[in-house]
Amino acid sequence: MNNCHDTNKIDYKGMKGRKLVLAGNPNVGKSVFFNYLTGVYVDVSNFPGTTVDISVGKYKDYLVMDTPGVYGVSSFNEEETVARDVILGADLILNIVDSVHLDRDLFLTKQLIDMGKPIIVALNMMDELKQNGISIDDRMLEELLGVPVIPTAAAKKTGMEALLKALPRAKQGNREPKLIGLIKQMAENTDNEAEALMILEDDEIIAQRHDMKTAGLRDEIYIERRRAVEDIVSEVLKETSKGASLGVQLGRWMLKPVTGIPMLAATLYLMYKIIGIFVAGTVVGFTEETVMEGIYKPFILSLLSPYMSESSFIGNLLIGEFGIFTMVPVYILGLLLPLIIGFYMLMAFLEDSGYLPRIAALVDRMLVSLGLNGKAIIPIILGFGCVTMATMTTRILGTKREKIIATMLLGLAIPCSAQLGVIMGLISELDAVYVLIYAVAIITIFVLAGTVLNKVMPGESSQLLIDLPAIRLPLLGNVLKKTFQKTVMFLKEAVPLFIYGAIFISALQYTDSLTYIERWMSPVTESLLRLPPETATAFIMGIIRRDFGAAGLTSIVMSQQQVLVSLIVMTLFVPCIAAIMVIFKERGTRDALAIWLGSFAAAFITGGIVAWLL
Amino acid sequence: MTLDKVKRGNKVRIIKIDNGSLKTQAIRIGIYEGAVFLCSEKLPGGPIILQNRLQEVAVGRGLAEDIEVEGV
Repeated sequence: MNNCHDTNKIDYKGMKGRKLVLAGNPNVGKSVFFNYLTGVYVDVSNFPGTTVDISVGKYKDYLVMDTPGVYGVSSFNEEETVARDVILGADLILNIVDSVHLDRDLFLTKQLIDMGKPIIVALNMMDELKQNGISIDDRMLEELLGVPVIPTAAAKKTGMEALLKALPRAKQGNREPKLIGLIKQMAENTDNEAEALMILEDDEIIAQRHDMKTAGLRDEIYIERRRAVEDIVSEVLKETSKGASLGVQLGRWMLKPVTGIPMLAATLYLMYKIIGIFVAGTVVGFTEETVMEGIYKPFILSLLSPYMSESSFIGNLLIGEFGIFTMVPVYILGLLLPLIIGFYMLMAFLEDSGYLPRIAALVDRMLVSLGLNGKAIIPIILGFGCVTMATMTTRILGTKREKIIATMLLGLAIPCSAQLGVIMGLISELDAVYVLIYAVAIITIFVLAGTVLNKVMPGESSQLLIDLPAIRLPLLGNVLKKTFQKTVMFLKEAVPLFIYGAIFISALQYTDSLTYIERWMSPVTESLLRLPPETATAFIMGIIRRDFGAAGLTSIVMSQQQVLVSLIVMTLFVPCIAAIMVIFKERGTRDALAIWLGSFAAAFITGGIVAWLL
Repeated sequence: MTLDKVKRGNKVRIIKIDNGSLKTQAIRIGIYEGAVFLCSEKLPGGPIILQNRLQEVAVGRGLAEDIEVEGV
């Protein structure tokens, strides 16, 4: 990122105007404001080089831009870097603040003011002040900040008219005299006060753009800013009663282990019912069987088979058993898509309601012993949906060490939903004692792998440090929007990978290599695992489609012990080809190879141990 | 004393943060030298929850061991 202004990289799709940038902490309701301003005509484009999307729209002669919710402007993570660049290019800023959490939110407000841009503040969620026993003197706040402050309750459309009228009044706010001096001095070299502030706050990337060194003043400036915020809040905020709203009480219960753990168990059970039974059963039954297999597949076959024979190489590749036009769309649209959407929606609910960070706090202790921290619960939950999707999410983890450990655990011990369905089916036919052994084996490997990696890997993992936001009812519109954006991003990344995988397997099948692999693996399958040789094919199938692999086992005649061993090996075995490719892309070749080979070894060794112990 | 030794229900003032990599984020989220918090929850062996007005922050046990505080 050596360009002068990365906002030039955004595709404005021909829209022009003064750049009005919306900025605020996560979950303050920015999208409600964005939608109110821009209506339907909106464009979402990806900020190049990141996984972050920017929404751009028009309001009057303004070009309205949304930014990711951030607690501050910096280079700490992807969201903040993108927000920083969009804000640096802004002509004016609409800063949306959660009035119930004024002391948290005003840090960003003061930082934006310090950047010297014209700002107007929307004091949102005003309707929640009373039930939380607080009142805010917004006139005083306006005086102290030096910028227009408009009370709003955006979800109820209160105050929005006043906000629109006040937009032209956006202006530069009050800055600390000492800071002004430093900024002006630095700005002599940068011609831009906002960027000067960034360099003072040790932003390496901005400093690099101007060929300068950072000033080393970040912590000092941050502390001063925090103190100033505390002073302002004590002046404008009055606590009127000591009543705790239901939301706060609920938040307490979620956190205390005594109530929190039962609540979490209930939530997980509910998730299982909704996703495991409704989505994976009913919805997928419809999309995969009725729509894709029943309507699409015959249609595409009738369309293409006149032009090619299924037994030719091209025919095999395109419309064969693993064909790009047959298996790939059926698998992705019929089986995966409903599950992906289901899981992302679930995550959005947990996020927007404020529950997710509390879950992270609850499980933190357990995850720390595996070399992770509470935040890793997010990829772990997603892993039960799709390991490919979960591996992409490991980007949110703090250090490379945690990313590797999480990826290993995902690839090794977390069965994705495609696989789980068939596994559950096979397990239900076993005696209870075998089910127990299965569960114990998988959990043991999970804990063992994490503990060993934690002891053996160099460096330290990051600690949990998160804000616990208010417990609020999620806005359906927000949930749907988040789900949609994440699903599209997943499809963009995963579909090419599935296609490569399908090509590879088609080639294997065409050259009859699968029988060779089966034969070559027989020392392992027969001697070590004591399984019939056909199970080798089932395991290999699992690399293309997780459910195929497990389903392949149902057709082989085996004793209960053998079913148990093959289930264990299947679960621990390497993930599907799309996941493997994402792992290679995210972790780099060397680490990915180690993870891949490690899964092979762990699967066979564990299977072997169980086979010989029974 | 360090933050991990604080009892639930006690009020503390932050004295020093001995963790270079997380210090900046801590300041930003409101945990800075001089700030006063109520320890509203302490998960067994797990994170410590600090509360100021309506804001709550979860601090991992390991990080809490690096934060010097005094009772208020």
